[in-house]
Amino acid sequence: MLPALCGLAFLLIPLLGLVARTPWTSVPGRLFSAEVGQALRLSLVCASAATVLCLVFGIPLAWLLARSGLPGRGLVRALVTVPLVLPPVVGGVALLLALGRRGFVGRYLHEWFGVSLPFTTAGVIVAEAFVAMPFLVISVEGALRAADPRFEEAAATLGAGRWYAFRRVTLPSVAPGLVAGAVLCWARALGEFGATITFAGNFPGRTTTMPLAVYLALESDPDAAIVLSLVLLLVSVAVLVALRERWMVTR
Amino acid sequence: MTLSARLGVTRGEFTLDLPLEVAEGEVVALLGPNGAGKSTALRALAGLLALTDGHIRLGDHVWDAPPSVFVPAERRRAGVVFQDYLLFAHLSALDNVAFGLRARGVRRAVARARAGEWLTAVGLSEVAGRRPRALSGGQAQRVALARALVTEPRLLLLDEPLAALDAATRLRVRTDLGRHLRDYPGHTVLVTHDPLDAMILADRLVVVEHGAIVQHGPPAQVAAHPRSDYVAHLMGLNLYRGRAHGNSVDLDGGGALTVAEPARGRVYLTFPPRAVGLYPRRPRGSPRNCWPVTVAGIEQHAHTVRVRLDGAPAVLADVTAATVAELRPEPGRRFWATVKATEIRCYPV
Repeated sequence: MLPALCGLAFLLIPLLGLVARTPWTSVPGRLFSAEVGQALRLSLVCASAATVLCLVFGIPLAWLLARSGLPGRGLVRALVTVPLVLPPVVGGVALLLALGRRGFVGRYLHEWFGVSLPFTTAGVIVAEAFVAMPFLVISVEGALRAADPRFEEAAATLGAGRWYAFRRVTLPSVAPGLVAGAVLCWARALGEFGATITFAGNFPGRTTTMPLAVYLALESDPDAAIVLSLVLLLVSVAVLVALRERWMVTR
Repeated sequence: MTLSARLGVTRGEFTLDLPLEVAEGEVVALLGPNGAGKSTALRALAGLLALTDGHIRLGDHVWDAPPSVFVPAERRRAGVVFQDYLLFAHLSALDNVAFGLRARGVRRAVARARAGEWLTAVGLSEVAGRRPRALSGGQAQRVALARALVTEPRLLLLDEPLAALDAATRLRVRTDLGRHLRDYPGHTVLVTHDPLDAMILADRLVVVEHGAIVQHGPPAQVAAHPRSDYVAHLMGLNLYRGRAHGNSVDLDGGGALTVAEPARGRVYLTFPPRAVGLYPRRPRGSPRNCWPVTVAGIEQHAHTVRVRLDGAPAVLADVTAATVAELRPEPGRRFWATVKATEIRCYPV
């Protein structure tokens, strides 16, 4: 019992410390200050864009893993989960080596299209999507596996082509898993630090997202760092509440 | 326009080879035990499974003719009522019925109006807005039927359409289904393991065992002249094969029976279990068919007790509860079995 309580305290005390140290009187002022607003806006935009990117590419990938008879699916699934266990900084370095101006893909992006991703807002989105995509893919794949493929057959006998059946039958049936995956993906993208600072750097207004701003402010203006942290904590709690049916139900 | 098919499917150890012809307006029941290949046949007709051999033609349209032609399910005009209905849980009953029309590009308002007419036709207009979860078994079955029929398919396929229903609902839904099938102008293939469903709903039975036809014909004829143990058991008959010499038939499995009408050569003999008499001692005035038997097992049925008896030949006997009380036919006990010659039906193999 005591070790369990210690464990719980270990998880909660830092958060309580954060709340206790919050300079409540100056919260409103700081919350609407230029730099906090800027970082918050940038974070929301980038996390949302990264989530859209993950949806566009992650759903087909999940479908491939769940439904196709692709040989070596196990290996593909393992590769998809690599960003989940990889230290984000390493992910950032890898992105830089691949998509940087002298990277083996980035070079051609720059030469042919004049596109340069590192140290741009687009770079932030790419870094966040890289780290967050496994959350979406795994969640959607699980939902697709649980969904009965015979409903797609029923749709086919009613004259529905593959795409129509996927949109009207499969997607609605995996909607809970899809929403949960998207929320997790978004939360992970919002909190992304390592890959972002490595690949996109730290340029206020362009690549300084909330976590980066917290880190910077901790040296110059600790109170600002606390307020920013509080905002991120509230977002995390909101995500937990949104997904409560998935995690807080005891079976 | 006739549906003409030879359904050849080979998958691992299992082989299905089923010739099938269905006339317009005809209802054909595929009847057989689990694993006989009925569902495989249905999936092949629906286009959910490609034939490995044979063909499916509806009039001039070739639906499947390996290796050159395969029309997928969405481009066949075949409606399917699945065993567990497979209604889309996120759509209302009305939108479930409208689905096939929407998938074929009919505008939403038109599709919904037509779906509404069909729901009315199956007597369900009042539950149009409900999700499948809120429907009773009988209602879900009728929604599934309406959903399959709304697109006016040429071929209607029913997979164990009544299996998921409780006994009381089943009776009523069976009657309704029979009425809709009589009104349906296309071809119907019904898969079932329940002989009663098959007898009542179908114009013709095709009995399938181990992927091949063992018998086919109008229900009454199949019931009266079963040609396999499965059909005989299904219809509740004792079935033997043997060689006839006038009024006496030597049975393949041992023993001999006397029949009323003289015959020659290979024959099937059948008689119902209720025609068998059981006696503790050899009865006096000895009927012509009388032989010693040993009780192998007893099964309680709705109104009678069916006794399985070993002997030459082995036989099923249906006796009343009163007889059971009097004779106490426990496994291992010995009796004499009798059958009147006039109860035995004899027909050539």
